[in-house]
Amino acid sequence: MSKYILRRILLTIPVVLGILVVTFVIARSIPGDPCRSALGERATEAACNAFNARMGLDKPIIVQLGIYMREILLKGDFGDSIRYSRPVSQMIIERLPVTLELGLSALFIAILVGVPMGVISAVRRNSAVDVATMVGANIGVSMPVYWLGLMLAYVFAILLKDTPFWLAPTGRLTAGLIPDAFYQVWGLGLTRGTTLYMLADFVSNFVFLNALITGQWDVFVDAFRHMILPAIALSTIPLSIIARITRSSMLDVLGREYVRAARAKGVAENLVILKHALRNALLPVITVIGIQVGTLFAGAVLTETTFGLSGVGRALFDAITGRDFPIIQGFTVVVALGYVIVNLLVDISYAYIDPRIRLR
Amino acid sequence: MTTNIEAVVPAPADALRSRSLAALTWRRLFKQRNAIVGMAILLFLTLVAIFAPLLAPYDPVQSLLGIETLKEREAPCIHILGCPEDKPQHIMGIDANYRDVFSRIIYGTRVSLFIGFSTIGMAVVVGAVIGAVSGYLGGWVDNLIMRLMDVVLAFPSFLLAIAIITVIGRGLQNALYAIAIVNIPVFARLVRASVLSIKEQEFVSASRALGASNLRLLFVRIFPNALPMLVVQATLSIAAAILEAAALSFLGLGAQPPTPEWGTMLGSERNQVFTAPHLVFFPGLAIMLTVLAFNLLGDGVRDAMDPRLAQVAKK
Repeated sequence: MSKYILRRILLTIPVVLGILVVTFVIARSIPGDPCRSALGERATEAACNAFNARMGLDKPIIVQLGIYMREILLKGDFGDSIRYSRPVSQMIIERLPVTLELGLSALFIAILVGVPMGVISAVRRNSAVDVATMVGANIGVSMPVYWLGLMLAYVFAILLKDTPFWLAPTGRLTAGLIPDAFYQVWGLGLTRGTTLYMLADFVSNFVFLNALITGQWDVFVDAFRHMILPAIALSTIPLSIIARITRSSMLDVLGREYVRAARAKGVAENLVILKHALRNALLPVITVIGIQVGTLFAGAVLTETTFGLSGVGRALFDAITGRDFPIIQGFTVVVALGYVIVNLLVDISYAYIDPRIRLR
Repeated sequence: MTTNIEAVVPAPADALRSRSLAALTWRRLFKQRNAIVGMAILLFLTLVAIFAPLLAPYDPVQSLLGIETLKEREAPCIHILGCPEDKPQHIMGIDANYRDVFSRIIYGTRVSLFIGFSTIGMAVVVGAVIGAVSGYLGGWVDNLIMRLMDVVLAFPSFLLAIAIITVIGRGLQNALYAIAIVNIPVFARLVRASVLSIKEQEFVSASRALGASNLRLLFVRIFPNALPMLVVQATLSIAAAILEAAALSFLGLGAQPPTPEWGTMLGSERNQVFTAPHLVFFPGLAIMLTVLAFNLLGDGVRDAMDPRLAQVAKK
């Protein structure tokens, strides 16, 4: 097993290097002049030369690639944003938590609703509940997430205005509400710029987690009320797919001999379903959940745009339109790396579930 | 001479079986509830696309400003639902440029069906060639091509499509290329896998022994056997492609105004959702219906081609 995992990890190294190169090539192939896009249309030749020299854009392209690879691989440094003149790593610290919270909330909803729906569908096969679930699942995978998001925003912000069900259609927190970071609340004397400080900053940007461990309940509730609509919108596709795969996997397992044996020896039906059948049926479901993490990344771009959340997806989109190379490179690498890691975990879980794969 | 012999000898696997298999698949397809619903919706959409000029009451890009008395982004007016008879009927309302939304939705069917078929058409052809060459030649060519495909697959496809568009520029045509490119690896892998599994089989060796050329082997012996899986994957991919193209247009990267494209219509009016929800609601509904049709059909075709799966699902 460990040999398989090691080999699988080694195999991702060329893919990661490929990602770095492809990202660099894509970022540099974007037409337009980064200097003019940062300093304005009427920047003088001299100003642009100075700018290019400062950013290292005057060096041969292959040298730029070398520097870029060295900085990322050895120092984890993605350079400074051309537009904002700030380290890209700092922007990742600020924005990645937003996307992760959105994605995890969506995944949480998808699993919490999708798995029980699939189980009920399978147990009550061909009943009205089953048909309704499967029709719903088919519609769910066909729905544009941004459309659902806008419709939800309309219903909850306009139609349900002046009711307790009103929900804010944009933003992460109500404007003006600034949560205290946990390291401030706890009085940890961290020095700015140190790795530990950056790590603490990253963790504190997870609004839910930060509010929870410091007991800022008003912030937690506010964050929850802002996150619920985007999370629901983003969860529809994974939810539908999880419900479908759970149903078919349960149907498969419920027909097995050991389930019949469990029933024959008089185990209560609920116990048969939850303990004997579901536990075995969940294996394929888990791998599908892993695969869905990738679609969540892509959906995050659209959901963040619709709901005005400043996450990774939104930042990447803005950077592409603004020709901000370092941001494009840094954020694409982060997203692609996340994708590679998830794929790696999926592959390893496959091997864990199905021993035959290890031997290949 | 050799080709003559080759032509006379019936290909044992397909000649006898394929016709009855195809017939069987067809018959099973019509027993699938999913497939029937999907085909019905698709037939409806195709008819709408073909007869758009007859169905649409107005020109999709013509502004009605000065022609009729209208307000900007006016809500739908449907006579049987109580809208005064003396007002002109606009069953899906009016957009920001005083255009009839219903007519734009109807013409949008053409755009979306075209997007679905053209992108996946390109991806299937290019992917199949790459996969076939890779699987057939093997060795370092195969290794190189497949690692390249791995890198492409390492990016979430939608983000990669966005990145490609920023390089080659915005617009519907470039969006089509971008979506086609990100879909290539799936088909390349699929064809490669079936080439690998078929190329060592006896009927292929027999053909080779009879002197069939590489190309002939590939197109006559190997491709037809990979076809069923390609059809299933292509149908499901069309659904995803339409959804992705609409999303690109929603972000302003795909079809540009005034093209009556559903994603563009939705995207340009997204900030008006609170004041004129009809401008967002109908385009989204149209996208969903079209994608749903292809998804249902794809599921149906897959179940019809794999009776084992269909039985499990029916159990």
